[in-house]
Amino acid sequence: MAGQTLYDKLWSQHLVKQREDGSALIYIDRQLLHEVTSPQAFEGLRLAGRKPWRLDANLATPDHNVPTTLKERAAGNAGILDPVSLIQVQTLDDNCEAFGIEEFRINDARQGIVHVVGPEQGATLPGMTVVCGDSHTATHGAFAALAHGIGTSEVEHVLATQCLVAQKMKNLRVRVEGRLGTGVTAKDIVLAVIGRIGTAGGTGYAIEFAGSAIRDLSMEGRMTICNMAIEAGARVGLVGVDDTTIDYLRERPYAPTGEQWDAAVAAWRELVSDEDAVFDKEVVFDAAEIAPQVSWGTSPEMVAPIEGEVPDPATIDDDTVKRGVTRALEYMGLSPRQKITDIRLDKVFIGSCTNSRIEDLREAAKVAKGKKVADSIALAMVVPGSGLVKRQAEAEGLDKIFLEAGFEWREPGCSMCLAMNADKLGAGEHCASTSNRNFEGRQGYGGRTHLVSPAMAAAAAIAGHFVDVRDTTLSPREA
Amino acid sequence: MQALKQHQGLVAPLDRANVDTDLIIPKQFLKSIKRTGFGPNLFDELRYLDEGYPGQDASQRPLNPDFVLNQPRYRDASILLTRRNFGCGSSREHAPWALEDFGFRVIIAPSFADIFYNNAFKNGILLVPLDEGTVERLFQEVEASEGYRLAVDLEAQTVTTPSGEVLHFEIDEFRKHCLLNGLDDIGLTLEHEAAIRDFEMKHRSAHPWLFRDREVS
Ligand code: SF4
Repeated sequence: MAGQTLYDKLWSQHLVKQREDGSALIYIDRQLLHEVTSPQAFEGLRLAGRKPWRLDANLATPDHNVPTTLKERAAGNAGILDPVSLIQVQTLDDNCEAFGIEEFRINDARQGIVHVVGPEQGATLPGMTVVCGDSHTATHGAFAALAHGIGTSEVEHVLATQCLVAQKMKNLRVRVEGRLGTGVTAKDIVLAVIGRIGTAGGTGYAIEFAGSAIRDLSMEGRMTICNMAIEAGARVGLVGVDDTTIDYLRERPYAPTGEQWDAAVAAWRELVSDEDAVFDKEVVFDAAEIAPQVSWGTSPEMVAPIEGEVPDPATIDDDTVKRGVTRALEYMGLSPRQKITDIRLDKVFIGSCTNSRIEDLREAAKVAKGKKVADSIALAMVVPGSGLVKRQAEAEGLDKIFLEAGFEWREPGCSMCLAMNADKLGAGEHCASTSNRNFEGRQGYGGRTHLVSPAMAAAAAIAGHFVDVRDTTLSPREA
Repeated sequence: MQALKQHQGLVAPLDRANVDTDLIIPKQFLKSIKRTGFGPNLFDELRYLDEGYPGQDASQRPLNPDFVLNQPRYRDASILLTRRNFGCGSSREHAPWALEDFGFRVIIAPSFADIFYNNAFKNGILLVPLDEGTVERLFQEVEASEGYRLAVDLEAQTVTTPSGEVLHFEIDEFRKHCLLNGLDDIGLTLEHEAAIRDFEMKHRSAHPWLFRDREVS
């Protein structure tokens, strides 16, 4: 018999019941909750007179709606000026209180974007099933956890039953082999992958990211990659356990200690795909060929290498694709064949669950150090992923580097990733953003998002337009 | 959940691939803590010429005359015909809530995004995948004849066109069963309560570090 993939192992370790109709009940070890997708779920529980199945499996924090300016944050919930947002955050607090769920509230140092907070606390562990009412839950797969984004009805279902009704996915392996070039990062890998396989390329699959270039990445880099599995259509992204995983988790608050730690580590070592495991599909990339990527359109698959240009719809045969590209160029205010380096920017956003961890901030700071944000940039902001990331960055003096260069240094939250709070783009503004989605209106009505790595975003802030971060003057890494 | 066995309705064509959840319902409307009332803001950025915000009276806003759902002939549509990878993007269930609130019961497309697929069924919306060629043909038929209606039969897994052509579609048994009977998922799962407890006990002894209440219990 052929060996098992990592996904197969995680699936079978959590299978409660396989139904004849092909659906299954899988047991959920961890549910992360935030203010946007949970109120209707708690309401549903209340209406049906149900209680959460297991309190200690849940952890909550507000992130989407919270303001990121110091003055507002100092006032706690009262600093949320939008009354509708305030109700949502307050409702999360009330629900957690009423049901007895642990929550990191707005001014807790541990508050932050759920997908940054979970791993940072060790609340995400290898071998877990993790769910959250948010599609970027795929992030947690970097720890060899089976992590799904779910809808609100499913949030309620997991609260009430500790299970999820699921269907087994197929296995796709994306192998990235070799060494990344200087200045090329995890974000560029994942954008290049989406650019090649498309936003529906992973639909129905769990994607395992493997190969030497993935093994060489830090946990932060692996999280960036798994985070965007959903942008390739896959609900689940995974990376097998190795020393990097285990070293990251040691002494995290929610991680096991003592004998339990040793037992856990022994179990975690098994969480890799077997040598002879068979994948339904495999795609291979050569890391050395990946250049820094920039998205030019309104779908994450619309990307080009920094030295490239915007496509020309006239050269596209497929009618649906051609129409999509034409519409995207119009929305983005770009002309066919325009060089990527000729795209001028109005704003720069460094943050989001894709790229707001300490390593991301270090990469951006290296580029920004001793430089100045271009005069033509109306706003360049850095939003750490959590209170603890912020504290760490400040201990390393990164905040000073950003402030001296002319960036704003903000409080943690989702911020301009989806612009549910006050941080947004104006109509027609171009933004270099380290987030994950460039859909129409995502960062503000009529706003134009370009997805890039933190180093590329910082370099663009300084130049006022996109530039190749591999240029020696801006090189973020010593080769 | 509302059951759906058969549905007959007017078809509206949304000729666009990769329609994402931000486009279906922009994020400013996600601030609601309710499940209802999202219909007026379905496809908000396409439908209106101004920028929408929660709590507004939508009937006073300038409509975009070019948007398909604003054309009188499609006003009462309950079946949406669209292109590949519909519903990609976020996990927001507000997307199917908005579609349902607007009056859509059936969506036909070559493919759907995974999370949206689950969310739609949980809200009584039937998603019908048909191949690209067939969808293209339906687009032509819808646009060519005003008042174009389709009849969908979930039991038989068929869509019947006005000319009497019968198209077959796939759906998994579990979803079909739930939708036909309007079943509450949670109730169904709790029928397996004993199996869940059983699993939980074994899981706890094999992986005690996954249970933080272990010291107290
Ligand atoms: S940072 Fe953006 S993508 Fe991540 S959870 Fe927040 S809104 Fe969603």
